[in-house]
Amino acid sequence: MTLDDKQASVKTRPAYGFAPMILRDLRRNSMVVALVIVVALFSFLTDGTVVRDANISNLIAQNGYVLILAVGMVMVIIAGHIDLSVGSVAGFVGAAAGVMIAYWSIPWPIVIVLALAVGGLIGAWQGFWIAYVGVPSFIVTLAGMITFRGLTLVVLGRNNIGSFPEGYRALGNGFLTDLAGEYETDPVTVGVFVLAAAVIALAAVRSRKRRLRLNGADEPFAWFLTKLVIQLGALLFVGFALARYKGIPVILIIVVLIVIIYTVLTRRTAFGRHVYAIGGNRRAAELSGVKTKRADLLIFVNMGVLAALAGLVFTARLNLSNPSSGTGFELEAIAAAFVGGAAIQGGAGTVGGAVIGGVVIGLLNNGMSILGLGTEWQQTVKGLVLLAAVGFDFWNKRRLARSRA
Amino acid sequence: MTAAEAGVPALALHDVTMRFPGVIALKGISLEVNRAEVHAICGENGAGKSTLISILGGILPHGWYEGGLTLHGEPYEPNGVRAAEAQGIVVIHQELALCGNLSIADNIFLGHELTGGMLLKEEEAHERTSALLARVGLAVEPGRPAADLGIGQQQLVEIAKALAKDVRILILDEPTAALNDDDSDHLLGIIAQLRGEGTTCILVSHKLAEVRRIADRVTVIRDGAAVETLTIEEATEERIIRGMVGRDLEHRYPPREVSMGAEVLHVKDWTVPTLEDPERISGVNLSIRAGEIVGLCGLVGSGRTELAMSIFGRSFGGKPSGHLRIGGLEVSTPTVPDAIRAGLAYVTEDRKQLGLDLGSELRNNLTIVGLKKILRRGFIDDELEAGVVKKLMSRFGIRAANPSVAIGTLSGGNQQKALLGRWVLTDPKVLILDEPTRGVDVGAKYEIYSAINDLASRGVGVLLISSEIEELLGMADRIMAMSEGRISGELPARTASPESLMQLMTKEMR
Repeated sequence: MTLDDKQASVKTRPAYGFAPMILRDLRRNSMVVALVIVVALFSFLTDGTVVRDANISNLIAQNGYVLILAVGMVMVIIAGHIDLSVGSVAGFVGAAAGVMIAYWSIPWPIVIVLALAVGGLIGAWQGFWIAYVGVPSFIVTLAGMITFRGLTLVVLGRNNIGSFPEGYRALGNGFLTDLAGEYETDPVTVGVFVLAAAVIALAAVRSRKRRLRLNGADEPFAWFLTKLVIQLGALLFVGFALARYKGIPVILIIVVLIVIIYTVLTRRTAFGRHVYAIGGNRRAAELSGVKTKRADLLIFVNMGVLAALAGLVFTARLNLSNPSSGTGFELEAIAAAFVGGAAIQGGAGTVGGAVIGGVVIGLLNNGMSILGLGTEWQQTVKGLVLLAAVGFDFWNKRRLARSRA
Repeated sequence: MTAAEAGVPALALHDVTMRFPGVIALKGISLEVNRAEVHAICGENGAGKSTLISILGGILPHGWYEGGLTLHGEPYEPNGVRAAEAQGIVVIHQELALCGNLSIADNIFLGHELTGGMLLKEEEAHERTSALLARVGLAVEPGRPAADLGIGQQQLVEIAKALAKDVRILILDEPTAALNDDDSDHLLGIIAQLRGEGTTCILVSHKLAEVRRIADRVTVIRDGAAVETLTIEEATEERIIRGMVGRDLEHRYPPREVSMGAEVLHVKDWTVPTLEDPERISGVNLSIRAGEIVGLCGLVGSGRTELAMSIFGRSFGGKPSGHLRIGGLEVSTPTVPDAIRAGLAYVTEDRKQLGLDLGSELRNNLTIVGLKKILRRGFIDDELEAGVVKKLMSRFGIRAANPSVAIGTLSGGNQQKALLGRWVLTDPKVLILDEPTRGVDVGAKYEIYSAINDLASRGVGVLLISSEIEELLGMADRIMAMSEGRISGELPARTASPESLMQLMTKEMR
């Protein structure tokens, strides 16, 4: 028996001890830990204002654009790229949408489609330079960041465009409310969240059963249950808060749909695997038959479409197309992806992680605003949080590497 | 030989145990290395050689392991690489660690720069570098970038770098693994010369012939413990192998029934240009039949890998001219996906850079070439994937704790088996294997050979590229030789000899 055999036989019965399992989960899901800390900290500092009904609803409406961008950005980062242009692209598309609605009087549903197409074209333009010309994404998107900010100014001049149709504005601050009549606590909202909780619980139990069947073992039941209860508790807490306030925000529906679609895309499709493989080892992926250039192009087209959507959502919520809107979005999206556990070298990261990272960034924005901290301090704190997140990732990896030196 | 004079061993390990989470890498190993001897250490991959080197070189610092080390009789407790080097112990790793953008002289004094005040003393560094390079028999300008040098020359620069640190005990990890015969010869000569000057060398090597040639004593290790230390007279290849694997290996090459079918690979007048050389590969004709194993040999730079990669979806060089038929299908300018679809598979010689995604899971590394096999209604199905992976692992003997471990944590042999085995998923008609057993231990080699034979017996045509002539003689039906980008000859395996092949490999073709 060689050492390999022994290594294998030692490890085939994984140590599913209680304490090690908790530690492992916490380490792998550091963004959840960060989220809990941020919630607890701001709940304390703001005497609970952060978790009041109205604020929870606001938090979602205010940060929808970050979450949408974070989903696209994490895929860009997994593939080993970066996109600095998303803020400018979101600004440009928001401006273009404003012009189309206000000056050209195009019906808003068509504007949405056109705007998303413009985003896709912009993504294809940048993706072309990255994938087929071979210019590093950092440079291409830095150029894009400047170019599209310029084009935003070209489109808007120095004007703001405002007062959009109600249907369009609902994209940013609409609610599904009082569908079943007027109640203190909206029953439809509660119903949707209870249903969601049930679906999640059922899915968790089923996937635990499958793991038990495939691997012969899984985490202890008590820990599994604890995690599930905490998740469902948080979900229902948010659900009731929304039900008591104005109901389900439209933006929440958009974000949830995006999270579901992109989680499936990254985890369950060949394209998703290709993205991870490209970020892990591009040449090896190529020699495995992965069409790396096409995948790169698609990743940036996708980012362009999501940036456009973020621009629409943001414009709709402010009811305003503004020459400077979108400034700094790229950094929030990148920070969200890294806080959410994406690896700076590419090859690792998850949609779910990026969304939680986005919520952490959103909470920082929101909590610090409630505390009355100016943008100067908000910027400072967010910068340090980003550094801490990436620093933790590196520290964690080095520790792991050393333990198997 | 000089052991008696010195009295105390130059370096000794006493009952050293090193535990990693879940595995004991060294189990009470004891070992004595005499002054001014070349002491070879042989063992399978995973036997504990790397851990041993890491401890000696201070990479795993004192206190991480149990047991003790002595250096010339005194306790040796390095707390890091610099501490080890300060005491004259230098490790030269298998993966060379030169900075290609810096000059040779800069590399040699990297971290120990010669300075006067704030400024570097470049002239002195160049002079001393010249002297050091002369000692290792390398006549190059100290100011040239290290990237200009070939691998063999870089290896010599590494040794010169060690000499600059006043090395007393030089530890070499597989120093000739990537070298051709000439460079290996030269390197072994330098090692012998250093021994003559009183330097102790610890040599970790898979190449038993080379161990037999240069070592004074050999310690065989297995499963983290020393099996025995042999004088070179006692250390026959059979005895070393027996100690390494714990059993006799009667046949190093598994037997195989040859049965050939139709032609599956047809290459005609294949010429591949590069920017520097319009005929990097020129006029190659090659035909492989189903079930046939064709060997391909050639010296470093002869164009073996370049030929293989140009056939595999133009992964090397510019636009090729000539004809290429894979499984009867004309595909003259294919992309990689086209080549794979037509039935070609290529196992690269460069596992780390071109083969695997080392940080990613074993499972993903296996299925990436055949994602179609694990789709159900267009989506990846976990259970299908688990089944496919399980089958591959058992068929090719890929040993891992579970399919979710990062493939980079597995031994070289298991990585190589994964790299080869995954191509089954694309149902290849032709398999090109480029150095499939490089850096792989004896036991795993046998498993890889068996897998190759098995594939051939199922009708896959195999092109086996190897630097080990013995491997080609043992495995192939016929052997082709390349020189200067051209096919320089072909011999049936049963009549070929190392000498006749060497003649073809060194033939001038231009």
